[in-house]
Amino acid sequence: MNSRLWLLISGLALATLQQVAFAQGMSMTLPKAIEAGSSFAIQSHGSGNATLYIVCPEQVLKRDMQLGETAVFAAGSLTSAGHYLVVLTSSTAATNGTLDVTPGKAPAELSFLAEPSRLPVDLKSGITGAVYVFDAYRNLIVTPATISFELASPGGSMQKHLVVTKDGAGWTGMDSTALQGTDTFVARIGQVSTTRVIAQVPGDPCGLKMTARQVGQRLQLVTAPVRDCRGNAVPDGTIVTFTESYHGIQSTVDVPLKRGIAEVQMPVESGATISVASGVVLGNQIGWTK
Amino acid sequence: MISVKPLLLLCAVFSTASCMGAAQATVRVEPANLQGPRALEKQTAAAAIRDYLQSWQSLSAALEQNRADLLNADFVGTAKEKLTDTIKEQKSFGIHTRYVDRAHDLQIVFYSPEGLSIELIDEVKYDVEVLHKNKLTTRQHMSARYVVVLTPAEVRWRVRVFQAVPE
Repeated sequence: MNSRLWLLISGLALATLQQVAFAQGMSMTLPKAIEAGSSFAIQSHGSGNATLYIVCPEQVLKRDMQLGETAVFAAGSLTSAGHYLVVLTSSTAATNGTLDVTPGKAPAELSFLAEPSRLPVDLKSGITGAVYVFDAYRNLIVTPATISFELASPGGSMQKHLVVTKDGAGWTGMDSTALQGTDTFVARIGQVSTTRVIAQVPGDPCGLKMTARQVGQRLQLVTAPVRDCRGNAVPDGTIVTFTESYHGIQSTVDVPLKRGIAEVQMPVESGATISVASGVVLGNQIGWTK
Repeated sequence: MISVKPLLLLCAVFSTASCMGAAQATVRVEPANLQGPRALEKQTAAAAIRDYLQSWQSLSAALEQNRADLLNADFVGTAKEKLTDTIKEQKSFGIHTRYVDRAHDLQIVFYSPEGLSIELIDEVKYDVEVLHKNKLTTRQHMSARYVVVLTPAEVRWRVRVFQAVPE
């Protein structure tokens, strides 16, 4: 390209990105917008001493300068995204402009909220993850970005959802899988990732079943190994309730699971009905006759 | 979703008092435009907006008096750290700033699935004064589009992200 034409185009492009603020005997030329942390310059015009203020709730800069000078701000000077008021004052006049500092384009940090930390297996959309995307200066990146949510289950299966953020935020829902154990839940954007650990625990008992046999004057009641509907062993300590009803009398015993089963001895009563339950799950029922 | 009737009520309730005079900021609350699976109850939305508007009063007082402790009730995390840094810078430069919010046009845009954050957009109009050694340097009327993230604390919502973005 012709070098003169290139210079003209460059000059026009620069003019659209810059603004000029005037006051009596002084003015300044400043960029309309810069990226957080990048270097920039503000050109002053006039003569005499002046002070430059760059002001926003999130950050403030002040610099004494001679009018006619260019104030050069090194990279890392203005790091907080915001809408800044820029004021150039001398002893006789003041002029104002505004400067937008935009978040950096490169994500550096993900604020990742994953819930719950522990849940039963086999729940549809039981796990949720929400992220906010930040740059290296902890500015929220509000331009759309694609987040990869990955949930790896103990059995090796992987769920992956791609989500485009809106106003810096994105979310997803994942299913808990059939196997108990520890899931790894990762939110990833580019080289940046954050990991959360989700514990999948067995669900409610499924197909609860007991057997009974007489031992002397007592009835020995024992459950089969208690498992959930996906075959995961229900943890020891889970309460199993045995209920014996006879002649209008009812006896109830709560027993914690030990080594996967629950067992108890109850009085032998001819004509008794014995049932077993765990939480809201009912097991089988036995009618006992001598 | 916030319907029209509550919207009018919110406008009445959420008139914020200016610390510099009797003028109050006008507040308009747009119906929520939520992404996310969690329903936003009216009371939750009202509480978040009430606490956010209150945070402008804290911000204004803190930056005017250069007292970071005034931020404690309403700000947390990154927002609090950045505002605290601003106060340190203002002190070192011998300046203080006076922000007076004049109008808010608010919309809640995100309620995270676990209920631990609310994001809102505020098209805010405000006045800012810059004072150097207690002498007024400039007074300007500004407008900005703020993105705000609030998180729940013990009894209120606190501002965790407070950031103006280009309109």
